[in-house]
Amino acid sequence: MKSKENLIQFGLLLTALSTIAILLLIALFIFQEGLPIILKVGISGFICGSHWSPQQGQFGIFPMIIGTAWITVGALLVSLPLSMSCAIYLSEFSTAKVRAILKPIIELLAGIPSVVYGFIGMVILFPMVRNYFGGTGPCVLSASIILGIMILPTITSIALDSLRAVPYSFREGSLALGATRWQTIRMVVLPAAKSGILSGIILGVGRAVGETMAVIMIAGNSVIIPNSFLDPVRTLTANIALEMNYAIGDHRQALFATGIVLFITIMILNVVANTIARGGVKE
Amino acid sequence: MLKPIFWEQVMKKVLFIGTAITVFILFFIILYILKNGLPVVDLEFLLSSPKDFGRAGGIFPCIVGTIVLTLVAIVIATPLGVGTAIYLTEYTKKGRLISIIRFGTECLAGIPSIIFGLFGFVLFVVYLGLGWSILSGGLTMTFMILPTIIRTSEEAIKSVPNSYREVSLSLGGTKWQTIVNVVLPSALPGIVTGIILGVARSIEETAVVIFTAGSVLRIPTSLFDSCRTMSVHFYILAREGISMENAYGTAAILVITILLINMFAYWLMHRLMAKYS
Repeated sequence: MKSKENLIQFGLLLTALSTIAILLLIALFIFQEGLPIILKVGISGFICGSHWSPQQGQFGIFPMIIGTAWITVGALLVSLPLSMSCAIYLSEFSTAKVRAILKPIIELLAGIPSVVYGFIGMVILFPMVRNYFGGTGPCVLSASIILGIMILPTITSIALDSLRAVPYSFREGSLALGATRWQTIRMVVLPAAKSGILSGIILGVGRAVGETMAVIMIAGNSVIIPNSFLDPVRTLTANIALEMNYAIGDHRQALFATGIVLFITIMILNVVANTIARGGVKE
Repeated sequence: MLKPIFWEQVMKKVLFIGTAITVFILFFIILYILKNGLPVVDLEFLLSSPKDFGRAGGIFPCIVGTIVLTLVAIVIATPLGVGTAIYLTEYTKKGRLISIIRFGTECLAGIPSIIFGLFGFVLFVVYLGLGWSILSGGLTMTFMILPTIIRTSEEAIKSVPNSYREVSLSLGGTKWQTIVNVVLPSALPGIVTGIILGVARSIEETAVVIFTAGSVLRIPTSLFDSCRTMSVHFYILAREGISMENAYGTAAILVITILLINMFAYWLMHRLMAKYS
């Protein structure tokens, strides 16, 4: 009996290790496929090179890095005001009943397939951008708006949870001193929930950086370093997805190398979000 | 003294407007898709094969492809995910290994689908020689939905009161007997919620499927066949401008499916949490 129990425990341990194994396997395969070309071109040549023309053997992904950065910053500019409004309003001002209804509704936004978001961008945003700003429609602005909406639920949900986790006595102390509710939120609740909110935002950034399908449909995909929010750009993810099905040889390796850059970026964001969130718990 | 109260009123309104805009966006997207898509949808659309690359006809092969691919992913991910959740909740005394496993799960949840796609493509399609097939797609999808199932099952198992375990253990049940006969049945709705959310995730996914399962528009006859899921079909219809009408129709089916799945999952989890708290 005892040995059977031990066997089961061992089996479960192996199962639990599967996520680590998968993570390592992903890293192994991506690096194995992509590293040779990085070594060939040189790390700085690959990351800072601004020419991407696989036919001529030029593999510089700097425009894609900048493109990803622009779109991510844009998405945050769109998303932060809305997601923080939702989180603070639902946590501090609304009734418990409204919160119980609206939280799952906002989280539903996360369930809408990214291709549908891309499509909405194409049919609704493109004409609007064309009318008000000119151009053809696919650009940093369109992609930022759609991505901003896509990362809304991630940030809202985590921020709301961390606001709710602030003990009620904190608020009572402040209110008893004569502070208004807004003063209490600004000076007591938000600082106390800071680390949770920040890790939510970083996870949102991770989602924006990693989003592929919606971005392909609305960002325009030109390999240029953008000068304005109306320029079309290509992200790291789009670079992989657009060229993978016909890439061979060095070109294919370069796409995997793009994947390496993406993988490392996401891992860093994950580690930072994790560290910040854990720091918050300790306090 | 008036000033702080004035600010409070202003901020309350501003925050309310922000929330209202968010909710409006959600309803707008869903209603827009349904309004344009539902007129296209009928039994014929669901049950007939596409003609002329999807310009006419229905989406039946895509529905079959979606279901089969999702099934493969769920069948493999469920035992792995629930096993991990059991280990993390029932067998752990806080330790280095546990925090590493937790961290691994978090990281896996954050990895973009395109990376999973690349990985699945090299490992299953090329290296293991499975080609663009339901098997390659399903296996890759397994890895993607694993974190969802682990997290939700963990939460469900944690919500089972300790007294349940104590009764079973005091009656002479072993740890495993307690888990199988007491903990898992009580946590079942939560575990099912995790599985359902995994289903939703794999229905939504597009990039991974294109990279690993391909996009052949035929009813698959074996696990080694390529297939096209609804998301992929929708993407191809919309991106290549093949048929806006059928794109809207497919999108409507996708959105309705995802909505129903999410609402059901939420209802299940809510019921479980209400029962034990």
